[in-house]
Parts: sequence; structure tokens; C-alpha cells
Amino acid sequence: MAEMSFRDALRLTLREELLADEKVILMGEDIGAYGGSYSVTKGLLEEFGEERIMDTPISESVVVGCGIGAAMGGLRPMVELMTINFSLLAFDQIVNNAAKLSYMSAGQISVPMVIRMASGAGSQLSSQHSHSLEGWYAHIPGIKVAVPYTPRDARGLLKTAFDEQNPVIFIEHTALYARKGEVPDEDYAIPFGQAEVIREGTDVTLIGYSGSVYQALGAADILAESGHQAEVINLRTLRPLDVETIIASVSKTHRAVAVEDDWKFGGFAGEIAAIIMEEAFDELDGPVARVCGADVPIPYAKALEQAALPSPQQIADAALALF
Amino acid sequence: MISEVVMPQMGADMEEGTIIKWLKNEGDEVERGEIIAEIETDKANVEIEAFDSGVFRKALHAEGDTIDVGTIIAIIAAPDDDISSYENGAAKKATAPAEASKEEVPADLKKQDHATASTTAAPAAEPVPQTLAPAARQDGRVRASPVARKLAQDNNVDLATLAGTGPDGRIVKRDVEAALTGGVKSPAAPTAAPGTTTTVSMSKMRQTIARRMAQSKREAPHYYITVDIDMTEAESLRRQLNEAVEEYPRVSVNDMIVRACALALQRHPMFNSWFIDEQVQQHADINVCIAIALEDGLIAPAILDAANKNLGEIADASRSLGQRAKSGSLKANEYTAGTFTVSNLGMFDVETLVAIIQPPQTAILGVGAVREVPVAIDGNIGTADLMKAALSGDHRVTDGAQGAQFLNEIRRLLESPAALLV
Repeated sequence: MAEMSFRDALRLTLREELLADEKVILMGEDIGAYGGSYSVTKGLLEEFGEERIMDTPISESVVVGCGIGAAMGGLRPMVELMTINFSLLAFDQIVNNAAKLSYMSAGQISVPMVIRMASGAGSQLSSQHSHSLEGWYAHIPGIKVAVPYTPRDARGLLKTAFDEQNPVIFIEHTALYARKGEVPDEDYAIPFGQAEVIREGTDVTLIGYSGSVYQALGAADILAESGHQAEVINLRTLRPLDVETIIASVSKTHRAVAVEDDWKFGGFAGEIAAIIMEEAFDELDGPVARVCGADVPIPYAKALEQAALPSPQQIADAALALF
Repeated sequence: MISEVVMPQMGADMEEGTIIKWLKNEGDEVERGEIIAEIETDKANVEIEAFDSGVFRKALHAEGDTIDVGTIIAIIAAPDDDISSYENGAAKKATAPAEASKEEVPADLKKQDHATASTTAAPAAEPVPQTLAPAARQDGRVRASPVARKLAQDNNVDLATLAGTGPDGRIVKRDVEAALTGGVKSPAAPTAAPGTTTTVSMSKMRQTIARRMAQSKREAPHYYITVDIDMTEAESLRRQLNEAVEEYPRVSVNDMIVRACALALQRHPMFNSWFIDEQVQQHADINVCIAIALEDGLIAPAILDAANKNLGEIADASRSLGQRAKSGSLKANEYTAGTFTVSNLGMFDVETLVAIIQPPQTAILGVGAVREVPVAIDGNIGTADLMKAALSGDHRVTDGAQGAQFLNEIRRLLESPAALLV
């Protein structure tokens, strides 16, 4: 067991994949010479060369399109889109091609491609560069969406992503890159659709993913002060979603709070709430609460930006309102 | 500004109330109109609203305390107001007249020129159970979480008998669990050892029934008149209505009796009166009470303005009252504004009921089951569907001859029931 950062866990895994399979190629803006905007691919160009680690023009649509073509042709491309904000320029390629080609070709074509992107706010990058749109991708059949929280998740889920025959959107919250955690030494993969009960409790279930798990754990600490034991679920993947773990937990605690950085209206937290209502209605001791980002474009000013994002206190308050 | 919260008077015969629950803690901000406490009267559980915004500075009485009407029970004030004069804990009468809660002034009563809400004695509405769940809402729906509902259903617990401790008074899992461990589960008949005598404590509702009925028999000299009413035509009309009309609930025999009484009362207004302080107060509005048996007693809420309701509307109102009487969510004016009462024991297959008048009302009609009985028809023996009806009248207000005419009018309307349709 080694302690390493989220970023290093990703780099380690990419390197392993590059070593293990010569069909694996990496494409993206500034991933080569610069080592990636978040330094995830640092050193890989030097080790694996320009044929496998490709710096691309600033055209997300082209990058994803090339990745789809490469995947259709038999390679295992990983495309880095720098951030989810820029993925909007590639939305058509992702939604209309990557997600659908397998369906439209009756399974004759598959697109085994990993599309990595940073997500989340908190770095004063203002409204255009602070999105948390992973819920949009989870909405689309044909795409899997991984949302790791720990370095262990990052490595285990990225492994699984490279084994997938379908396109995987791999979400990396910017606030997590430098966070360290234990990562097993041995080779391992975390299957998609397997959430983690990251903290056990009996009184209320806090459901988060990616960066929002951190806030949920903070809320659990606050709740413990008033004698309420919160169970915290780290979803790990939005699609497939581990409904079983959510329902088992809610059946135990009878209360649930869904947490996400994204906007509340029409968001993924609403999906979680609806599923709980459908699958565990008779277990509920109160309405499923949602704590999400404020219903505004994320502000630039530091204090306003923090105020627009879910805080542990907000989550704890939402949970306490259920008692 | 210092605002005194006083124990409100919900109906003229209420003398005291019990604080069930404070919903605010000392120091909490309070908005005007916010619910700050739940109190129990002998009729119902009632929520007390704040009449001013401010800080809930002081609760002068604890939960469970029974307090005289008009006594100050809490203080709402600005954070810096000096409330030290209240803090010795002594019960004080309010310096200003108790401000009535919205519930307390039934619009129907206000309309009547003979009475104002503040001075009119409430009729002897039989009270609702003392264990009214605060969770029950005005529309009769009990506010309970899904898991509480499931648990209650699985264990035969009546949610309407529970008080909710969850957010907004919602009945949550722990409330049902508490009821289960506390043995509130549907009570089995007590098995007493032979030769023993047990003193059964009376609920507030029973105490009220005892007091009101004794008062009625003591003060109101009753006379009784009984008739047989041929319900053949009424039954036939009822069947036709229920087959042909879909927008209302099914019309019951009792709904037809209520309608007949309402129409007869228009012609015989002396029976639509209250006797208060040696005076007869004759009402313009005809609010016909229907007696509803409850587990622990009975209540007779009123179908308001029954004379202006058609049979379908009466059926609708009657069903709503039945449901809300059981869940304890009747509105105050429904058990204070009644002007006449129908008590029907037909469902128990009894011949008739000679009923006791609910003061300050001055008449009540008791009815039994509709039964096929042999009758003489033009010198031959035949059968008819007869219902016995017994009018109890207050002799201080009306005489037997008037009672007979009034009762005959009711009979005429039920035996020629087309009259009920216009």
C-alpha cells in the first residue's frame, strides 16, 4: 500500500496501460510536451514517444472525432479534453457518435475510448470554466461515467475504463488532483456500478460522488457532534449507478441527502431522489433532500464561489431537517 | 413591542387548555402567523399562532400544563425588551383581551346577527378525542412518512391516534415504534378478574359529554314525538340518484333525512334556534349536525348551510365530516355553529333513538333503521319500508303541537321525496 496523490495514481495507471498494450494511445491539448494542464501525463511523451502521446490542435471536436475513428479502427485511445467546460465543443461527437455507433451498427462497431476531463469549481475560474456537467453525460445511454473520489478510485476505475468496449467519460474533480490517499500496490480494478460506503452510519445516508464526497464526509463529522451517525456513499460511477447500495443504505437509515456540485434543477441529485422514491418509498422517513450548487453561473469572487457550492454545514442542515 | 401569548378560548364552554408541545424554543425568531404551540382543549387539538413577529422570549408554562383560558403562556418580544415582570412564573391574566386565532371566529357565526363569535355560547358539540394527532391536517390527511405508514399498517396502528414528532409534526418511524412499545396498539378488551371493580379514567371527551348531556337533561325540559315514515319512495329516489349521478358521493338515507330536516327547518324556524340566557336566538343559517360515533365517544359536527346544499353536496359534506371527525381535523365552526342535530342509529338495526338535545340547540331528531314491517293498507295487511323518527324538543322554546307539525313536515318531505330535489 502506497500513499500517492490522485494525479499520480492516474499517471501510474496510464503508464501501466501504455506498457501493457501497444494499442493504447493518448491524445489531447498540451498532454505531451507540457505534461498536461493538470500534470497527469507528465513524462509520458518522453517515455512513449510522439506516435503514442499526441499533442493536438485546440479543437475538441477534432480530438474526440479522431479518438472515435481510432477506436473504431482497433486502437485503445484515451482522449484528454482538459476540462468538462471544453467538452461542450465535442458534445456532438460524444453524444451523436461515440455513444451511438454501437447501437446504430447493431454492435458491429464499438468505440472503446476513454475521455478524461477535469470538472468542478473552486479555483476562481469563473462561470465558463467551473462547470460540473457530468450529470449531462450520465443522461445519455451508450456512455459510462466514472466519478472517482479517492486516489484508489482513480486508479481502479481508470483500469476498468480501459477494459470497457464502450466510451467512458472519466471525471476528475480539480480539487482532488493533489489529494493523497492509500493505493494498493497490487494490480486491481474497481468494477463500474459498485459504490463504496465510505463511512458507515445508521441515521441518515449522504450520497455524493467525486468532489462532493469530501463535503458529505465533512457533514458527517458535523452531524456526529449532535449524535447523528451519517452513512456516506461514494458513488464512483454515475452510469452504471449502484442502486442496490443506495437502497440498502436508505433501508437502514430511512433518510437520504443527495449531494452534488452541479445545479439542482434537472440534475443528477434529482435522479437519485427519484430512484429512492421509486425503489424504497416505504423505507423513507422523510423526503429525500438535495444539496446542490446554487442556481446561478458559478461566480468568480472567491467568497461568492464558495457560497455557491455545497458546504458541509449546508448538507448537515439538510440532514438535520429530516429528524 | 411585547406580545403576550394567551391560552385562547376555542368556543364559549372552553375554560382551560393543555399545552401539548412548544414548537419554539426560547430565543427562536418567530414570524407573525407562525405556529408556536399545540394545545389540547376538550374538543380538539389546536395550533396557536404568533400574532406578532419577534423573538420567542419566554415560555411561562411547560408542556403538559393545563392552564385557564386567557392566561399568558408565553412572551414574544424584541430581543432587548424588558420582560422581567413576566419572569416570576406566576400565571397572569392577559392585559388585553385574548386575540382570537383565525379558526376561532367562524364566518358563519359572524353572519348571524343574533350572535357574535366572542360572546356566543358554543353548542354542545360533542368533542373530538383527546388524543387527536397534531399530524392530522385540515383536510383530514394524516401527515406521516412512508416508513411510518408501512410500520403502522403492518402493526394495525391507527396513525390518526399518534402525535408526530418529525419535521412539521410529521409522524415518523420513531413515533410508531414508540406507540408499539408503549402498547398503544389496538386495545384488546380488558379482562378483569371476577369480583373486581375497576375505576376507568374518563377521557376529556367523555367528561365533556357527561357534562353537556347532564346539563341538557337538567335544564332543558324535553318532550318527545315519534312517527313512522314510509321510506319506500325515498329509497327508490336514492337508488335512481346513485345510478344516474356520478359527480357526487353516493347519497345515503341519512343525507336525505338531513336535507328533509333542513327544508322543514326553513318552514319551522323555531326549531332552528339556540336557547341562551333565557333568550331564544333564531338562526338564519341552517347548520344541521350529524352525530358521528367515535371509538371513545361521539361528535356531532355541522353540515353548514344545509338548506342551500343539494343532496349531492350534503352527501359530500357528510362524508368529509365523517372522515375528518375520525382524523380529528374538524374546523372550529363545524363543531360550534350547529343549529339542529340528526342522530341516526339505523346502521345498528334499532327501531329508533330518543335523543338528548345538544344545548344550546333546542331540538334533535333521532332515527332508527328502515325496516320492512306489516301495515294496514285500506283494510288489508301489507308491508311497507318504515323508519321510526323521534323528535326531542326543548319545551322552553316549542310545544308539542309545533313539534308535531315540524315532524310531519319532515315526514311529508321524505314520503314525497321529489320535494328534496328542488
